[in-house]
Amino acid sequence: MESQEIARNPAVQRLQAWDKQVVAEVIEFRGETTVVLPANRLVGVCEFLASDPSLRFTFLGDLTTVDRFPLEPRFELNYQLLSIEKVLRLRLRVKLAGADPSIQTVTGVWPTANWHERETFDLFGIRFHGHPDLRRILMPEDWEGYPLRKDYPVEGFR
Amino acid sequence: MNTTKTIETATGPAQPMVLNMGPQHPSTHGVLRVVLELDGEIVLSAKPDIGYLHTGIEKSCESKTYSQCITLTDRIDYLAPLSNNLGFCLAAEKLIGIEVPKRAQYIRVLLTELTRITSHLVWLGTHAIDLGAMTVFLYSFREREEIMKIYEYVSGQRMMTSYFRIGGLALEPPPDWLDRVRRVVDAMPAHIDEYETLLTQNRIWMARTIGVGKLSAEDAIGLGVSGPLLRASGVPYDVRKVFPYSSYDEFDFEVKTQTGGDCYARYQVRVAEMRESLKIIKQAMEKIEPTGPFRAEVQGIIPPSREEMKTSIEGLIYHFKIFTEGFAPPQGEVYQAIESPRGELGVFMASDGSAKPYRVHFRAPSFVNLQSLPALCVGRLIADVVACIGTTDIVLGEVDR
Repeated sequence: MESQEIARNPAVQRLQAWDKQVVAEVIEFRGETTVVLPANRLVGVCEFLASDPSLRFTFLGDLTTVDRFPLEPRFELNYQLLSIEKVLRLRLRVKLAGADPSIQTVTGVWPTANWHERETFDLFGIRFHGHPDLRRILMPEDWEGYPLRKDYPVEGFR
Repeated sequence: MNTTKTIETATGPAQPMVLNMGPQHPSTHGVLRVVLELDGEIVLSAKPDIGYLHTGIEKSCESKTYSQCITLTDRIDYLAPLSNNLGFCLAAEKLIGIEVPKRAQYIRVLLTELTRITSHLVWLGTHAIDLGAMTVFLYSFREREEIMKIYEYVSGQRMMTSYFRIGGLALEPPPDWLDRVRRVVDAMPAHIDEYETLLTQNRIWMARTIGVGKLSAEDAIGLGVSGPLLRASGVPYDVRKVFPYSSYDEFDFEVKTQTGGDCYARYQVRVAEMRESLKIIKQAMEKIEPTGPFRAEVQGIIPPSREEMKTSIEGLIYHFKIFTEGFAPPQGEVYQAIESPRGELGVFMASDGSAKPYRVHFRAPSFVNLQSLPALCVGRLIADVVACIGTTDIVLGEVDR
């Protein structure tokens, strides 16, 4: 079942054909495909997936971060890609270490990433290099700490 | 428009003016602040400032069991609580791997389509009032109230319904509820015609909306815009059709699109969507069996029926365990998208194998759609900003979560 699913998602095949090294791991769960990438290859892969004529992942649906504290690498960034033309979904995942987490921005590929990355910066403290306007978005500008991190208490902070 | 003309004042050439629109402003539909840079009446830049309603729902979810989170989802998009309930329940069901009985799926479809209509009615009324057409507001809220009465009849609540639960519904709907739905659905087409006679050919309405807030299909996709905004730009993307959930593939309906990409096109799309929703509701009424299961039966995850809980020792134990400890889905992550009245509502859920979700994230369509506001109103008059905010149909509770 699981290996068939992988074979069925053409995005994984195309990605592996494009560069064998780039796919660190493929996870199949409940019919959803997650491709784990090395963090430094993210932007290149995104550009390829958005422009490849057989995939056309032109729509970034969502960016979700999961904090695996106290495990390392601590942060998982999940990019939900959508190809409206080819009716495909794909999740890209990169892992970041807990000390000074930062990664290149994908706003150049999808302008919608702007606010998603600001939200991630605001709530998890992950910095995005090359982001045009990296400010807090939901919390007050002078807020200390990053509320969605696991070492941040649910209540009783102030 | 000519934006380069400079005016000489006593102190030298005129400077652009920065104007704070909101957070307390009637046409921002909540607490949205937009920092506008103006040259006379022309908008040079617009920066939405959000977060005034941030309540930390995603953080709260991490300290509650899966079932307890459902009440929080009502409060995200408070104009479409049932859509949020559905998104969350579908994600949890996908994570656990539960199949919901068909009857419950159809009831869910019926109620979420009613939600789409109420949500569009609020949008239509408030958008029209922003642009000076007062009457539509009074009409649309009259019909909305009738639908709210159905919610109350079925779930006990007008707004914070929490009616969909993991595995099905909270309780069996009252026996004659479909008669009430039928009465509303039969009356609705005439009411929609009524709104259209007030607006569709209204010269002031057309002048205020045609060509205002243009968004091309390419820009819309790049900005991640979804829902009626995207369809008004000519992209026929509707999650109900493209990635069907809750048996939407068994229903016959059209995805309405327009190519104008302006406020008027979005108005047309939403009005057409209300009519499509009525079509779906009528089909659902045919499909819903008068009796049958309203939730799945999975030991240890779905609460047993009252009867079983009272008569069998196992039922009592499971009842007690589910409501005190909750249940633990397998480890993993899922992303479930639904078509909420505002666009693609995605729920990302990560489980670490415990009874509480490790991480829940809501891809809020209002949040993403609001990002397109500068693209809509830069270069236009300040009065058009009001039209542009109205046409994005944001709910600040959902933007800020």
